[in-house]
Amino acid sequence: MQTERDPCEPGVVLRGMLAVLLACVACGLCWLLWSAPLAPGLGDAVRAASAQSGIANPVTAVLLDFRGYDTLLEIAVMTSTLVGVWALGPAPKLHERPPSPVLLGLDSALIPFAAVICGYLLWVGATRAGGAFQAGSVLAATGVLFILSGRRPRLGLPDAPMRWGVVLGLATFLVVALAVMGDGRQFLEYPPGSTKTLILVIEAAATVSIAVILAGLFIGGRPDREP
Amino acid sequence: MNGLTVFALTGVGLLVIGLWALVLRAHLIRKVLALNVMGSGVFLVLVGAGAAPDPVPQAMVITGIVVTVSATALALALVLRIDTATGKPTLPEDRERDLMDEHWQ
Amino acid sequence: MTDWLAEAPWMLLAIALPLLGALLAFLRPHRAAMIGLIGAFMSAGAALAVLLQVVFGGPRQYEVGGWGAPLGINLWADGLSAMMLAMTAVVGTAVSIYARVYLADSPNKVRRFWPLWLFTWAALNALFQAADVFNLYVTLELLGLSAVALVALTGTGPALWGAMRYLLVSLLGSLAYLVGVVLLYHLHGTLDLTLLGERADGGLALAIPLGAMIAGLLLKIGLFPFHVWLPPAHGSARAPVSAVLSGLVVKGAFYLLLRLWFTFSPEGEGLPILLGSLGAFAVFWGSIQALRQERLKLLVAYSTVAQLGYLFIAFPLAGMDPALAWGGSIYLAVSHALAKGAMFLAAGSIMMQGGHDEIAELDRVVDRMPLSLAAFALAGISLAGLPPSGGFVGKWMLLQSAMAQGLWPWALVMIVGGVLTASYVFRVLGFAFTRSPHAHESHNVPHTMEWTALLLALGAVLLGFVAPWALPLLDGVLP
Repeated sequence: MQTERDPCEPGVVLRGMLAVLLACVACGLCWLLWSAPLAPGLGDAVRAASAQSGIANPVTAVLLDFRGYDTLLEIAVMTSTLVGVWALGPAPKLHERPPSPVLLGLDSALIPFAAVICGYLLWVGATRAGGAFQAGSVLAATGVLFILSGRRPRLGLPDAPMRWGVVLGLATFLVVALAVMGDGRQFLEYPPGSTKTLILVIEAAATVSIAVILAGLFIGGRPDREP
Repeated sequence: MNGLTVFALTGVGLLVIGLWALVLRAHLIRKVLALNVMGSGVFLVLVGAGAAPDPVPQAMVITGIVVTVSATALALALVLRIDTATGKPTLPEDRERDLMDEHWQ
Repeated sequence: MTDWLAEAPWMLLAIALPLLGALLAFLRPHRAAMIGLIGAFMSAGAALAVLLQVVFGGPRQYEVGGWGAPLGINLWADGLSAMMLAMTAVVGTAVSIYARVYLADSPNKVRRFWPLWLFTWAALNALFQAADVFNLYVTLELLGLSAVALVALTGTGPALWGAMRYLLVSLLGSLAYLVGVVLLYHLHGTLDLTLLGERADGGLALAIPLGAMIAGLLLKIGLFPFHVWLPPAHGSARAPVSAVLSGLVVKGAFYLLLRLWFTFSPEGEGLPILLGSLGAFAVFWGSIQALRQERLKLLVAYSTVAQLGYLFIAFPLAGMDPALAWGGSIYLAVSHALAKGAMFLAAGSIMMQGGHDEIAELDRVVDRMPLSLAAFALAGISLAGLPPSGGFVGKWMLLQSAMAQGLWPWALVMIVGGVLTASYVFRVLGFAFTRSPHAHESHNVPHTMEWTALLLALGAVLLGFVAPWALPLLDGVLP
């Protein structure tokens, strides 16, 4: 778009001011990181407490044990975003083009693999890099492949509406968090010994929800069958 | 211990580039992309500024990525609706011009 | 009885109950309104229980997961948090009852509104009790995204634009805040607010992260000159949503700003004067724009821009008697929540009655909807700072603080602002008493809607009377 601009136009002034502001921001941040002494961080505290929590992978321990409350709220963010996107209106229709045979062939190869990878990532999260978000993302990618190729998964599950899958993660998290409060324990304080099991339960439910939510966000609106 | 690692420097750079585009670009998808770039910059500073691998920033980044993805999804759905409802994927005051003048490039 | 009150984890329930309510309302769309309303009452009840716990037992800390800072996340409820929770409970209950009736005709909107509204409420309750800076980031995001979705619920072009602009500004604000969090973690090795307050020394190592966080929060509050997103978003949303946005959501970001300010106690004159000056500009700009508006909802939205400016005048005044200045600002914030909520609800009733919201075309509203007009007028009294309302108490405290230190320019700003506020309120009232030249359709407005607006406005006035009991809650919170 070609337009005539004279030098007094707000465009140039705005760009100049913005450039100055950004230069200051960049210099300030860089100077601070350069000169100020950095604190040691919480890595040692996490490692020390990891033995107590029973989870070998420190990131999973932080995500679901020490700072599990953050993860709970974050799943709430995802859920509420899906509700918001569904509230915007019905899903927009994709271009009705027949899917390329390459995509279909790739589906047949990738999707069964992806299911296995998802299960593995979920399971290995306790000891190595992995966990609910990683597994859920892989499953969501599977869902996206399905959507793009116009297929429907035949899972043999009861015909539950999508919203059960959306709600499952946050609901399980909340139920477990409240249920452990029995013997004078705090919210989300796992009883000693059952930490791994409870975390696995939460992560499994979260994986399903994350997959459904991410795929649902990809659809961009309310699917046909949902009221 | 020096916090200004290559990662942190790159992160600051991304932050600045993203903010430049966020303000000056009119097309809404470009604005959303700019926010994503800024987010990546912040995460890079978070994880990359220290020397030893620290699980807490890594967990924070996982949380941050999920939140950013959700926000991006909502933003893109809104852009779609705006485009359908009003014909152009821009906000009203940006319609007349893209502040990044095309003929300067 | 007191045991049961003191022992139960109300702090947690205030967050968990609205989340559960939101999920249930989403799961059962045909019963969304009933579930939503019950969830709202339960959330309000839990929040008020926290208030009672703090009043009788003092500030409370809750270690989520049993770990405690710095490894885990702490919740913290003191007088300020309890006041904010109670404010949310009162306004939230009124808005919920109003919305139940207001949305009764649009089942589509009903099933979308309740889950999103309860998510917003959960985010607010979580925000007011959080004591961990990263946890606060997540609550800010939950709050912002749910609020944006609520704005977009209206469905019209202007509403979508308003929602988009709000989303972009909100995300930018969150990112700026997150930059501050990142820097604080790397500099001090903890995310807990109390620990950070102890470890942070000052100088540029505090100023830069705190500056980033404050910049982000100013965007989210909508302080001049970052207010551009506010009138379109608040003006184009449905009436109950506007009440929530102006009354509660912006107060969440303001509360966080205060909490950071009290924790880190930044020194120096420059920043408080800058904030106060921006507040003064907001008062003038917002009030003048409100006077120029032709549509009622936009007038009320610009009024929010102006009223938010008052809150910042406490910053330069806090030198001599901090409790007086901050107490005034906080009380002003709480009164504004009730008054602005009432004003938006009343405006919604008036709009429903006449089918339009042109101020010049208000056709003898005083005859047809006396309750709503009374609500509007009472709310206006609190906003203008006339006695005996809560707004008067807040303004009076700020004026006292200004006069005691001889800083009369700030006092002048407040007095002029009060006059301008009264002007635009009376402008609306004036048109409401007269006949309009054109004929308009006339709809029936359910009485519940009018009564909730009126009761909320009466609450704003009542705050003026309960001030002697309410203000001591803030002892120990303020520096």
